[in-house]
Order: sequence, then structure tokens, then C-alpha cells
Amino acid sequence: MTLLEVKNLDAGYGQFQALFDVSLNLKEGEAISVIGANGAGKSTLLKAIAGTVNMNSGDVLLNGKSICDMQPHERLLQGIALVPEGRRIFRSLTVRENLLIGGYSSRSGSWNVASILEAFPILENFIGRDADRLSGGEQQALAIGRALMSNPRVLLLDEVSLGLAPIVVKQLYAALPIIRNKGCALVIVEQDTNQALAASDHTYCMLEGRISLEGKPSELTREQISQAYFGLGAHA
Amino acid sequence: MNWINAIVQGILVGGLYAMYATGLSVSFGVMRLVNLAHGDLAVGSAFLASTFCLSTGLSPFLSVFIILPVAALFGVGLQFLVFSRVVGVEPAYQIVATFGLSIAIQNVLLQRYSATPRALSIGDFGNRSLKIIGDQVVVGWFPLARFLVAVIMLIALSLFIGRTRLGRAFRATSDDPETAQLMGINIRIVYVIAFAIAVTTVALAGIFNGMQTQFSASDGPALLIYAFEAVIIGGLGSLWGTLCGGIILGVAQTIGAEMDPGWKQLVGHLVFLAVLLVRPTGIFGREELK
Repeated sequence: MTLLEVKNLDAGYGQFQALFDVSLNLKEGEAISVIGANGAGKSTLLKAIAGTVNMNSGDVLLNGKSICDMQPHERLLQGIALVPEGRRIFRSLTVRENLLIGGYSSRSGSWNVASILEAFPILENFIGRDADRLSGGEQQALAIGRALMSNPRVLLLDEVSLGLAPIVVKQLYAALPIIRNKGCALVIVEQDTNQALAASDHTYCMLEGRISLEGKPSELTREQISQAYFGLGAHA
Repeated sequence: MNWINAIVQGILVGGLYAMYATGLSVSFGVMRLVNLAHGDLAVGSAFLASTFCLSTGLSPFLSVFIILPVAALFGVGLQFLVFSRVVGVEPAYQIVATFGLSIAIQNVLLQRYSATPRALSIGDFGNRSLKIIGDQVVVGWFPLARFLVAVIMLIALSLFIGRTRLGRAFRATSDDPETAQLMGINIRIVYVIAFAIAVTTVALAGIFNGMQTQFSASDGPALLIYAFEAVIIGGLGSLWGTLCGGIILGVAQTIGAEMDPGWKQLVGHLVFLAVLLVRPTGIFGREELK
């Protein structure tokens, strides 16, 4: 059953249009990935779904109901949580406070501080520490944990691996199946194509604000992905 | 001994300056709003208290219980009608909007109350004092009470911001408003509450100032300067820094007055400039504000 549906979405920043006629579907419990080069519109797509970027036209539906007119805090209550690019940890709050603020407008569910620490044990030793003193990997774990505190139905992950060591990325991705097992669907935006394809059931490739390719990762060839990713004959 | 007395009096005056500065610190800390009408809101509250006392015959201390809720509501209205349009946009818009509000308040007060100064009489309580060291160091009961109220106010605000759910939302919004919205925080509501607190605290300061000295419709900008100096000395966005800044400013002024009565303001401004020169972020300010 379709949980999240993006239909013919045009969006951007003021006069600048970043997304053109973007459509995608996410089923309950599914993980989809959105890959593409820098500036392809991946982060803008997630922001438009979360409500922090204005839509020009199109629609975003959650369980068949349009959420276009909702503010970001209202979309969170409907079950959409975003882990923003660059982590965006609250620096004046401790790790525990960051987690608690993630549950500020929480829906009912199984995620709480204890279960977050279980999923991300690296946070356990720093729970009382100021969040800005964490390493990049720890901050990313905190950002994911903070988003989970709202007990979302859809978790939007923006560039989880950005600037992190491969071993740390591996640890973070290892937590994704735990999140899915708790009934949360994932939209994974990544530049690291291999990581994204391995973690998802369905992938969308974006190029210059448009979907240039979509399909199951197992059914897509390297050549198809390269063409869609870099634009070599993608519009042919 | 005169110097010790000057320092003690300066500390007590610092409490009032901290009270003025707290609202400025909250509105800047949470909303990144520099409110140039801050001093005028204090004067306006003192006039309202004066009207209340004259029409009811009640003590100015009781007026606090009426004026502060009115000030909070006024703050809510101002945030909805004026400041919601200028928060998060170019600082120039904030300056124009708040400067315009300052002029409007001053002119309304002039029109309504004329240029004649007023005062809030607290009777004999204003003259009672406590001898600390003989006749050399004497503390007025009212300045002492005012200082304690300032400290209690700061403790309450500090506990609210540090320990409560809404206080966490204040700090998160201050750090990063866009991400705060992603956490389910309605930042418009946070801004409304923050500004209501800012106006309430400055109203309290205005009333306490009116109990100590005369006030007139055009006093707002001078009070704004004291508030600015206390906030900047202490560090932008830091509540305890604000108290510290207020005390430093107050002590500098009373020491200046001790040296020469005409140097009171001058020494205060010089200390402010010295802090700005040596530590632009203020004593408790964060390094990154540089």
C-alpha cells in the first residue's frame, strides 16, 4: 500500500526552480533511495516533502491525503521526519536534550531515549555531553535518533554518509534495518550510489531537478545508472 | 569607605540595568531581533502604572499585577502584528520597524501625558535604608528589594529556559529555527512567547525605575542604551551574563560619579567600549559570535 506519494512536483527557492515534475512512490515499510550528483535536487525534494521548501505545483500525499498546506511541524505530527543534510544538531543542547527535542511533538510509538541508545550505542557514553562536542559520526547518529524520537512513519535521510569515514557509515547504515523493522519507511538521499542501492528496495536517480531513471536496484545496470546520474544521453 | 559604598550602590543599580537588559537578551537570543523600542516599552509601562495608581489610589507595587499581564498581551499583539514580519529577514527591516515603533510610542506618550515628568510614589519605603558598615555603607531597602527581584527573575527565567520543555524549544529555535520546525516546534508560537516575556520583563524594569526616579515620554532611548550596554558587556543571549553586565555597568557609573559627579555616564560608556574592544562577544558570549 502506498504510504507517501509525490505527484508532478515543481519546487524551488524564490525565482529559482530546482525541481521539475518530480513523482515518486513509497510503500509502507519500504526503503527507497534517491541518488544523483551535487545540485540534482535531491535535498530540495526532501525539504519539499518535509515542508521547508515551497512547492510551486504538484502534490505530496501521505496515506492518500494531501499534506501540501501543512507547516513542517504539522507534517511531523502526520509522521514525516527529516534528518537534514549536515546533521544540524542543536549545539546549545546536550545529547539527551537533542533527543528530547526530537520528541517535542511526538506521535505514539516505540522510539524513546532508551531504544535510540540501543540502536545507536555510540551515543550512550555522551548522553549528558554538549552535542557540539561529538564527532561527525556521533552527530549523525544523534541526528537520526533525534528524528526517530517523533516516531515517524516516513524517515527522510539526507546525505547520511557525507564527510564520514567508511567504517562510521557502515555502522550508521547497519541501524537502518532496525528502523525499518519498527515499521518506518525510508527515503534515503545519497551521493554514495553503492551504499544507497544496497540499502533500498527501489531507487530514483535525479538529474538537473528531474527524475532521470527509476527501478529496482537489482534490475538496473551500471551503465544505465551512469547515464542517468551524469546525464550522458539521459534525455535521449 | 566611600569607594566601597559606591561599589555596593553600583551593584544594586546593576540589578535594574539587568532587568532592563533581560528582555533585550531574550528577544535577541531567541528571535535574533534587536528591538530599538525596548526602552520606550519600559517608559510606556511606567506611565500605565502611573495612570493605574492615580485612578485607583493603590500602591505602584500592586500595579505590577495589572500592568505585567497587560504588557505580556501587548507583546503578543506586537509580535503578531509587527515583528512576525521582520524576524528572519534582513536586519535593516528590523531596524526600521522597531525604530518606527519607538517613535510611535514616544509620540503617543507625549500626546497622552505631555512632556512633564512623572514618578511612582512608594512613600516612606523609598527612604528607608539599612546600615551595613556604620554610616559609611548604607543600602536602601528599595534598591535592595529591586536587586533581589532582578535576581529572582533571572533565576526563574534561567530555570524555565534550562529545565522545561518549552525552554528547550527556545534554545533549539535560537540555534537553528529551520531545524527546530522539523522537530515539530511551532516557531511562531515560540517567538510570541519569547517576545511576551521580553516585554513583561522590561515593563517590570520600567515600573521599578519609576519608583526610584522621575520618567518622561522621551526617556526610552537612554534606557535602551543602558540595556544594550549591559547585554553587550555580559554577552549576547546569556541571561547570567546580562546580570553581570548590568552590575559592571552600574559599578562603573557609581565609581565614575564618585570621582566626579559629571563622569557617571562617561565612565559607564568607557567601560562598555573597553569590553567591546577586548572581548567583542561579551564576558559570557559565545566565541562564534565574533
